Amino acid sequence: MTKPASSPSAPKLPVSLAANPVLSSWVRFSADGHVTVSPGKVEIGQGIVTALAQIAADELDVDIGRVQMVRATTAGSPNEGVTSGSLSVQQSGRAIRQACAEIRQIFLGVAADRLGVDIDALEIKDGTIAGPGNIRTSYWELAGDVSLDREAMPGAVPKRSTQRTLAGNSVQRVDIPDKVFAHRRFIHDQPLPGMLHGRVLRSELSAARLVDLPEDGARAIAGLVAIVRDGNFAGVVSETEDGAEAALKALRKSATWSAGATLPDESALADWLKAQPAEHVIIDNKTASGTVAKTRTMRRQYSRPYLAHASIAPSCAMAQWTQDRVRVWTHSQGVYFLRADLALVLKLPLENITVEHMEGAGCYGHNGADDVALDAVLLAKAAGGRPVRVQWSRQDEMSQAPFGAAMAIEIEADLDAQGEIIDWRHSIWSNGHTARPGRAAQPALLAATELANPHPRYIATNPPQANGGGADRNSIPHYDFPSWRIECHRLLTMPIRTSALRTLGAQGNVFAIESFLDELATERGEDPVAFRLRHLSDRRAQDVIRAAARRANWKPDKRTGVGYGLGFARYKNTGAYCAVVAEVEGAEDISVKRLTIAIDVGEAINPDGVVNQIEGGAIQATSWVLKERVRFDKERITSNTWSAYPILRFSEVPEVQVELIARPDMEPLGAGEAAHGPVTAAIANAVFDALGVRVRNLPITRDGLIAAMELAT
Amino acid sequence: MPGIRFRLNGVETDVDADPDRSLLDVLRGQLGMTGPHFGCGANECGACNVIVGDRAVAACDTPLWSVADKDITTIEGLGSAQKPHPLQRAFIAEQALQCGYCVSGILMSAAALLMRNPSPTGEEVRGALDRNLCRCGSHNRMVRAVLRAAAEMATQ
Repeated sequence: MTKPASSPSAPKLPVSLAANPVLSSWVRFSADGHVTVSPGKVEIGQGIVTALAQIAADELDVDIGRVQMVRATTAGSPNEGVTSGSLSVQQSGRAIRQACAEIRQIFLGVAADRLGVDIDALEIKDGTIAGPGNIRTSYWELAGDVSLDREAMPGAVPKRSTQRTLAGNSVQRVDIPDKVFAHRRFIHDQPLPGMLHGRVLRSELSAARLVDLPEDGARAIAGLVAIVRDGNFAGVVSETEDGAEAALKALRKSATWSAGATLPDESALADWLKAQPAEHVIIDNKTASGTVAKTRTMRRQYSRPYLAHASIAPSCAMAQWTQDRVRVWTHSQGVYFLRADLALVLKLPLENITVEHMEGAGCYGHNGADDVALDAVLLAKAAGGRPVRVQWSRQDEMSQAPFGAAMAIEIEADLDAQGEIIDWRHSIWSNGHTARPGRAAQPALLAATELANPHPRYIATNPPQANGGGADRNSIPHYDFPSWRIECHRLLTMPIRTSALRTLGAQGNVFAIESFLDELATERGEDPVAFRLRHLSDRRAQDVIRAAARRANWKPDKRTGVGYGLGFARYKNTGAYCAVVAEVEGAEDISVKRLTIAIDVGEAINPDGVVNQIEGGAIQATSWVLKERVRFDKERITSNTWSAYPILRFSEVPEVQVELIARPDMEPLGAGEAAHGPVTAAIANAVFDALGVRVRNLPITRDGLIAAMELAT
Repeated sequence: MPGIRFRLNGVETDVDADPDRSLLDVLRGQLGMTGPHFGCGANECGACNVIVGDRAVAACDTPLWSVADKDITTIEGLGSAQKPHPLQRAFIAEQALQCGYCVSGILMSAAALLMRNPSPTGEEVRGALDRNLCRCGSHNRMVRAVLRAAAEMATQ
């Protein structure tokens, strides 16, 4: 098939469709009146499956009830990489919209031929293609005769926003009924025929070696099928889940471990981060056109701790071997990437491994999903061809999965005589923010580091700025400062395992930038809203700040013990715009009473879905700010229970108001991560407004407040 | 070993198992009832909540012997797609979840609250759900959904 030569003006296929151009890999019709849509992105609790179904139904003119969404699998789904970075609507959504627009045209063309009328005389209503004089056919009738095993061609024109009937409307999510009626949707609840249960033995001690493992105790447990040992990797397989638990308990009791690797001093994390060997990268440099005399320099340091994903469900996977082929069921964010890493560990060709997605609990980044999949694959080797389900413990979930990286951030601004910013410098010290599987020549899966022939621990890196950056995400100011220099120090040691957690470095960087700006505005005696607007030429940025301020009646009168703060960011500097006004109350313990948020995500496919994501992000960020911090001693993670790693509870959750600025004709920008940075900053700024204390080290707990007060005096 | 008898979602049930086993193990394992979810195994998250008598309890932390002769309701017994409980209808109407893993436990805590207090205030709902954890941040929607269900039940 020849393709038109690409020129800047020629229409191009959306990225995901260009990478997976065969139309039938995305959409198929069945004679029984259904259309199956097969995205490469997966449901991780964000409602994406519904948004994609809306897009397909709209473009094809079928009732959304006819759309059946297929879970991603390496056995045939388009390869769309990983479901992350608030990119699913941009990538999968655009691909499906474009593919469906072309498919609609193809069917109209065939229908016109069949019915002997002009294509323009036909219209499609719920899949029925009808023309003058009651002539009609349908997708379902033509399905057998129209092959979609052909490559997409650029040029089909999707509907205009005003022609859409579903996209842009708050359609109810397709997965919610199953979840409130407890239909089996989660991987945790899916029994496979002949399924066995596995558990993996891991030490609390960081990277400890398994010195001795007497098996007698575990062997005595009823139902035991196998004990698996490969270097420091050990596990059990049992006929029943409680049999597996009991055998694991016996194994744990008998195991002897070496001492753990040394972890950093939790009480001096920023100092530790800045003292490590690191790769130095200049992220961005902007040079001023003129020169203004500097009067003084202001410098501040901010930090955030390691953060846990802390999903409500422990990670779970199933695997089944048939000779040298293995089938894996997983809640990983990227089935193809996981398969690539499994192939590296197993030294098998890709085609011997099939990885299928099943829903897990809320996923906020690279958690234990991929790790437990390898655990299941390794244990299933000893299961004689039966499937093995492995589920992590709460303790492992909170201590063995990768964490969001701790960060130290220093901002320095040169100010002129009027206190105006003339130069801005932003430095970050942090481990890399991604160590996802499938990206490198070495695997990133936990058990791979534990085998007798171990792979080294993959040291987390940062995606390039062109992909949004990692530790440096949102470190380049969205403000019109005359000059700046942004640099990032990525640690080359990684005693505490880090990888992608929602927003990567953006939460830390936005917290730092927006806190610093608040200090500058306060010093000048200038209103923080006016100060920001004065430094922003981006109209959409101004609009969200104005909208949040208006909705929050900025700035309400001063009351004792109550404070208001503002935070703003454009996620990744290319994604959604979000401004937040926080209202906090308290003296020793801060409570966040209200978050007033304005958001611009471009086209919102499902406005209520966007609002739900923003509310959820805002509440999760509030939890991070007020409560969360991974705890550890010299050789182990100690915050491995909900008591030791508390998160925000119902009685502590703020009221959240979201104003969605409608931009139906703009590109969709994603919503899942837009709120975290601005909410974090808004709360910190509100705490200053309430108490006159600048907390620059998260979290803002009672201890954090006391430390900040001591620092100030 | 004599079996332990209880009523599960209105059905007389006899389970032959170690009386010290957790109710959650028995429900999910032997009885194949996967609505109550494992979250922590330590009565700290509420994902496995079921109603025993008129109280929501964590099934992971409830030994089998303690439910002998009791009435147990799980999410499966609350309602169905054909005959939904007002809470289930309200959670759909309010789109009151994101991932939904915690929801089967939260619905049971809410149902137990409404049995004791048919017209709770928002604050009372938050109090009743305070031992249930939600990581996606759907709390406010869930509170609205419980209030909506209570209002609907009051008019019936």
